[in-house]
Formats: sequence, C-alpha cells, structure tokens
Amino acid sequence: MPISTSLKKVGHRVVNAVWRLGFASRFFALTLFYSGPSFRRFHLTIKEMFFSGVMSLIIILVAGMFVGMVLGLQGYETLKRYGSESALGSLVALSLVRELGPVLAALLFASRAGSAMTAEIGLMKATEQIAAMELMAVNPIARVVAPRFWAGVFSMPLLAALFSAMGVFGGYVVGVVLIGVDEGSFWSQMQSAVDFQHDVLNGVLKSFVFGLAVTAIALFEGYDAPPTAEGVSGATTRTVVESSLAILILDFILTALMFGGN
Amino acid sequence: MSSQPLVEIRDLNFAYDNRAILKGINMSFPKGKLIAIMGLSGCGKTTLLRHIGGVLRPTKGYVKVDGKIIHELKQDELYEMRRKMGMLFQFGALFTDMSVFDNVAFQMREHTDLPEDIIHDLVLMKLHAVGLRGTHKLMPAELSGGMARRVALARTVALDPMLIMYDEPFAGLDPISLSVVGNLIRQLNDALGATSIVVTHDIQESLKIVDYVYFISDGAIIAEGTADEIRASVEPFVRQFVHGEIDGPIPFHYPGGNYQQDLNLRA
Repeated sequence: MPISTSLKKVGHRVVNAVWRLGFASRFFALTLFYSGPSFRRFHLTIKEMFFSGVMSLIIILVAGMFVGMVLGLQGYETLKRYGSESALGSLVALSLVRELGPVLAALLFASRAGSAMTAEIGLMKATEQIAAMELMAVNPIARVVAPRFWAGVFSMPLLAALFSAMGVFGGYVVGVVLIGVDEGSFWSQMQSAVDFQHDVLNGVLKSFVFGLAVTAIALFEGYDAPPTAEGVSGATTRTVVESSLAILILDFILTALMFGGN
Repeated sequence: MSSQPLVEIRDLNFAYDNRAILKGINMSFPKGKLIAIMGLSGCGKTTLLRHIGGVLRPTKGYVKVDGKIIHELKQDELYEMRRKMGMLFQFGALFTDMSVFDNVAFQMREHTDLPEDIIHDLVLMKLHAVGLRGTHKLMPAELSGGMARRVALARTVALDPMLIMYDEPFAGLDPISLSVVGNLIRQLNDALGATSIVVTHDIQESLKIVDYVYFISDGAIIAEGTADEIRASVEPFVRQFVHGEIDGPIPFHYPGGNYQQDLNLRA
C-alpha cells in the first residue's frame, strides 16, 4: 500500500510537471504571437525597459566593478608566479566578456528584475487587474506580458555589456593603479587577445539567450501564480531558483557549442 | 418586465471539477433596468457574471447578450462584444501602476483613435460624474476604498457601455460611501440608458435602487421579484436574508460530526 501510494504521488508530480511545461510553452508561443503592440507602440516596451533595465543599473554596475577588482587581484597573484603579469588585461577582459559578464549579470537580473516581474504580475492577477483588462477587451498578454518580455530581452545584453565594462575598469583600478602593472601592456594585451566576433559577439548572444530565459520564466510564473499571498511568494521564489538554474545550464550548453571545439 | 431583454440566460449549468456551481438558471434582463442578483457568498453569483462576460463556458444552456450566444462567439467577436460591456470588480481592480487619469483613459486609448486633448476632457467629465475630478493626478494607492470604487466606476463607464456589471460594489464601504456608490449606480444606469446587473449581498442598499431582484442559493434561483415583493416575501430563505436572522434555512453550524463525540464526552 505505501509503495503504490508513493508511486501514485510520483506519477502525479510527473503528470503535473508535464502539464505545466505544456502551459508554459503555450504561454511563450502566445507571447510571441501577440508581440505586435510591443513594437507598434514601442513606448510601452521602453517604459518596461526603464523598470527592468535602468532600475537594475546600480546593482549591475557595483557588482561588475567588484567582480573586476577581485579578478584583478586573483589574476595578478596567479600570473605573477609565471612572470606574466602583463597578461592581466587579457585575463580580466576574456573572463568577463565570455563568461562572468553574461552569467553574473543574468543572475543579478533574475533576482532583481525577474522576481519583481513575477511579483507584479502575480499581484495584478490576485487583485483582478488582469481579469479587468480582459473584460475591457484588452488582451493582457499583448498589453502586459509581451512589452515586459521584449524589455527584458533587449535590456539583458546591454546590462551584461555594462557589467563587463565596469569589470574591466575594476580590474584596471586594482591591477594598474593599485598594484602597478604596466598600463601599456595591460591595454595592448587585452586588445590583441579579445576577438570581437569570437568573444564579444558570443558573449552578447549568451546574454540575449539568458534574457529570453529569465523573462519568459519570470512572466510565466507570475501569470500562473495562485492569486494568494502564498501563491505569489512561492512564484517569486520559483522564478529566482528556476532562472538561476536555467542560466547555468544554458551557459554550459552555449559555451560547449561556442568554444568547445577550440 | 415587458421590454425586450438585453441579456437572456436559459437553463445555464456550470460545473467545476464535477461540482455543480450553477443548476439550470433562467433569467432575463430587460433593457434599461437595474437588476440585482443576491445570495450568500459562494452561491454562484460571481460565476454567473463571468458567464455573461464570456470568461467561463457553460456546461449546458447559454447566455445571450444583444441577441448573440456568448460562448459561441470567436475571440474577436467576444472582444467586440466586451467593448459594449463594463464590469466593476469587487475591490475596483484599478491598475496600480497608473494614475487615476490613466486608469479612466485606459480603454479610450486602447480602443479609440481619439486625440489626447479630447481624451483629457472625456476623462475629466467621467471623473466629475463620480465627484472625483480633483483626484485625477493621484495614484490608486492614495485613494480611500470608497474613492477607489468610484474611480473604478468612472473607468467602467468610460466608453458608455450598454451593459454594466457590478461584482459586490458595496463590499467593505462605510455607510456614506455605500449610499454614494448606490446612487451613482442608479444615476449612471439611467443617464447612459444602460442595463445594469448588480451582484451583491447588501440587501438594504440594493433594495433602495434596483428594479428587480433574483435570489440564488446553491446555484439555483429560489426567489425573484420587485423590491417591494422581496420585502413582503414569506419565503423562509428570503426572510432570513432580508432580516439577517442567525438561524433559519441557512443553519448557523457548518455540518460536522456528533458534538459530544468530538469532545470525547460519554453519553
């Protein structure tokens, strides 16, 4: 009896997970289908870019600066052993542009903007704002969801770029200004090591994919949240957990595809 | 109730997870009238409104609005129909990220090509009608419950709907706001030549303003009539409801096991 009960529970969970995946895919398809107004009335998307992108700037810039400073310190310690401190610039820039910029900016974006999106849409649903919009013959996916989705997708690469830029600056401050690595070799090594297409564009592509994943998860969780206080708080937690896992798993897949053979 | 009905409900049945919520409802809402649907919380009143708005599909029967069966309409046709309807939600459901002005202007901007200066005048006129022109720059969080309900009312009638639905418009209001909202519902209905459906359990306030009342209990109509007929009704449920008696056909106790057994007492 206990075995059949636990089997039933497992089966029930699997069926539920498949249903949810189905709902999520349908929701994502509808978001793309009703994306017209997000571009025709671009001010709606711009407004959301302000909330998800501009409002995340401070945390992204401060975090980027400190990550770059740590990279500068750790990189210098390691490179010094081999007498190649002059390569510090390329180490800092490559780590940031290829990996840390897109991944850390996306993780911060998920916890700052993603959780806010989920909570906002969950509360809009709980206070019947979504239902009211639907009864006013305004499609909430077109009016509320799609502009937020595209705002997130557009903001993410820009935030990742700013994160990397601040990181490079942090590495410069620690490496050149504080430790005294030669400034000329710091910048020239960086310039010759970083390839625009192979490193920078691949980094941008990564952050674009992360932006897509984080906003899609955040919006679905908000839209699917039970209209109660527990429902919204649970959905917000799920957004951060699922987005973080998605970012790390996608990062491995993308890195393998982009840099695996080289 | 002689004139042509705007909304007609025939043999409406709805079940959720095999639990019957509505059981064979028949109603008729003539044009220009203000009609109340009353009953206890959870008796199926809001579910009924959601059928009229086309949010839910009946398991049997139909709702006809302006000659069209709602659940047979395609998405575009349903949206077309909803533009002619307005619904006031229980707690107003104002968009919290927009100002009072933008809330009332929302449908005008979404559904019309009116220039912004005309929208400005129309919004102020709608707000003036509910006595809140002075609040147009405020955010919904800065309004009291009664004011939020009136702003939501102005938003509901923004495009002069032919059918206005109210879901518990009196819930949680102080006595003054209650009378103000009650009077506004009547005045707006008559001024716009609209038809209004008020779902409520506030019997005293609604009997003052409505033309006709339906009583629902457990998903079925158990009484109907004009306000005077309801006041004079000898039907036990209606009497209990109108006079707020504690015990009657609606028992005070939720069904449970034997009281003595629950307390582990010996007989």
